[in-house]
Amino acid sequence: MGALTLSKVTKSFGKTEVIKGVDLHVGEGEFCVFVGPSGCGKSTLLRMIAGLEDVTSGTVTLDSREITDEAPAKREIAMVFQTYALYPHLTVRDNMSLALKQAGEPKAKIDQATARAAAMLALEPYLDRRPAELSGGQRQRVAIGRAIVRTPKLFLFDEPLSNLDAALRVQTRIEIARLHRELGATMVYVTHDQVEAMTLADKIVVLRAGIVEQVGSPMELYNNPANTFVAGFIGSPQMNFLKSAALGQRGETTGIRPEHLTLSREAGTIPGTVSHVEKLGGETLVYVRTEPHGLLTVRLFGEHNYTVDEPVHLTADATRAFHFDAAGQRLR
Amino acid sequence: MAKTRSHAGRSIAAHAILITYTLIALFPVFVIVINSFKSRRAIFAEPLMPPLPGNWDLVGYQTVLKQGDFFLYFQNSMIVTVASLFFVLLFGAMAAFALSEYRFRGNLLMGLYLALGIMIPIRLGTVAILEMMVSAGLVNTLTALILVYTAQGLPLAVFILSEFMRSVSDDLKNAGRIDGLSEYRIFFTLVLPLVRPAMATVAVFTMIPIWNDLWFPLILAPSEGTKTITLGSQVFIGQFVTNWNAVLAALSLAIVPVLVLYLIFSRQLIRGITAGAVK
Repeated sequence: MGALTLSKVTKSFGKTEVIKGVDLHVGEGEFCVFVGPSGCGKSTLLRMIAGLEDVTSGTVTLDSREITDEAPAKREIAMVFQTYALYPHLTVRDNMSLALKQAGEPKAKIDQATARAAAMLALEPYLDRRPAELSGGQRQRVAIGRAIVRTPKLFLFDEPLSNLDAALRVQTRIEIARLHRELGATMVYVTHDQVEAMTLADKIVVLRAGIVEQVGSPMELYNNPANTFVAGFIGSPQMNFLKSAALGQRGETTGIRPEHLTLSREAGTIPGTVSHVEKLGGETLVYVRTEPHGLLTVRLFGEHNYTVDEPVHLTADATRAFHFDAAGQRLR
Repeated sequence: MAKTRSHAGRSIAAHAILITYTLIALFPVFVIVINSFKSRRAIFAEPLMPPLPGNWDLVGYQTVLKQGDFFLYFQNSMIVTVASLFFVLLFGAMAAFALSEYRFRGNLLMGLYLALGIMIPIRLGTVAILEMMVSAGLVNTLTALILVYTAQGLPLAVFILSEFMRSVSDDLKNAGRIDGLSEYRIFFTLVLPLVRPAMATVAVFTMIPIWNDLWFPLILAPSEGTKTITLGSQVFIGQFVTNWNAVLAALSLAIVPVLVLYLIFSRQLIRGITAGAVK
């Protein structure tokens, strides 16, 4: 197990710079999630840690050893891919044990490591099958098993849940969280799904266009976003951005999360009309068209019967409001 | 009901067209094979009649087999075709892997340069090739033919295979790299099996022109010891008299090995396609 440190890491493809100087420390045993919209460089950054992409400048250090120019196999890392990337011609057992065989480990040790990983992931009944005979969820478990067998210093996950259906995704997410607890290993996980980031991470790194926008624990990012981008990206449904001037508030924009708006038929500070209602059972999302703020989302708990085009009034919880300047930076 | 019937009708029409085409394509082969079993008189009198007890004659095959060196010609053709095919597939796949997998300066230009050979017929360079072979002392060797055919087959192989290799999952190759497989192991054990259908296609396209070629054997290796089957069959075609029985028998025999190779590759091709479909 080891701590990972990136210092002033950059990456350019030709003249385009995709990673613009990233400094990051992931502590030993920490679960770190890179999150951001597609094209923000999160997968590239992960590949650079894995050694699959060259680092243009800067250094990568794992467990106080510089690995910037090491070959992927020599970095003591393991990676789980979005498309599972199992070897189609090998059985589950051989898929899981290949790396140790390549490293020339004794057979007894390989068998023991494979058995342990298979037991952790309930893969014993499938050990002699080929990947083609497994379902998507089972394949991803094998891919995770293949990573565990190596007992690496660092686990890398590249959007491992994106190819699974919704139910399996939740199940596998819980499985990954359990593995992290059991193994106590350092993990770096890439996703574009902020729910995965919030539920799994000890530390979230929000990336945009190759720059780290903010690093912090999920609740730090939720309660204390540094700018409108992070504020908008963390939390679902997305934060509402209102015009400060019209509210008599500080700054250019005022951000209020959907759960911190209250809705009333009688009275409130912001008048508007209901534009759309989503009833999810446990909660109800009401989209309200207002002047001059545009469409605002209100999250209500329980069932509510609002109808489209109904006039309503909104009230913002001023104590939970965030104020941002014209450049989108948070005003403290 | 009407819908299923029109579907059946369309299916019949499609089959009729395909069957007609198959018959047209196979007709010359059929005529060659049936006439190779007939006497010379019967070949000219009734070329479309099947071989019957009345006109049955194996004189063509007897001539061909008595010609002694015929098995040698066969062997030469086999060696040249199989060796060229092996090198075309090996080097073609390797070049395609490099072009599709590695980012380097001039990658695109290199790809275009390698594909250029598809458009320029290699025979334009015959004189230069002959001069080269003479100075290398390779005239009248099978090596000369294998070298030329490998060069001739590579452009198409590189072109087709590099397109296919681009479709092989990057994640799979990267997983191999992280597990410590060498680039050669990744190429041979992970990538090649996945592009097997493309390899079979390239093999078929490469093999048939080589087997049938008359030009290069005639120019580069016309000696008795290095004649290929196509060139060997020419001994029966004289300037004034042609031994049709022997020519037809030789051609019929020449079809067999290429047919066997084709069957091997086309089974691979179908297996590859279905494997991909079922996943």
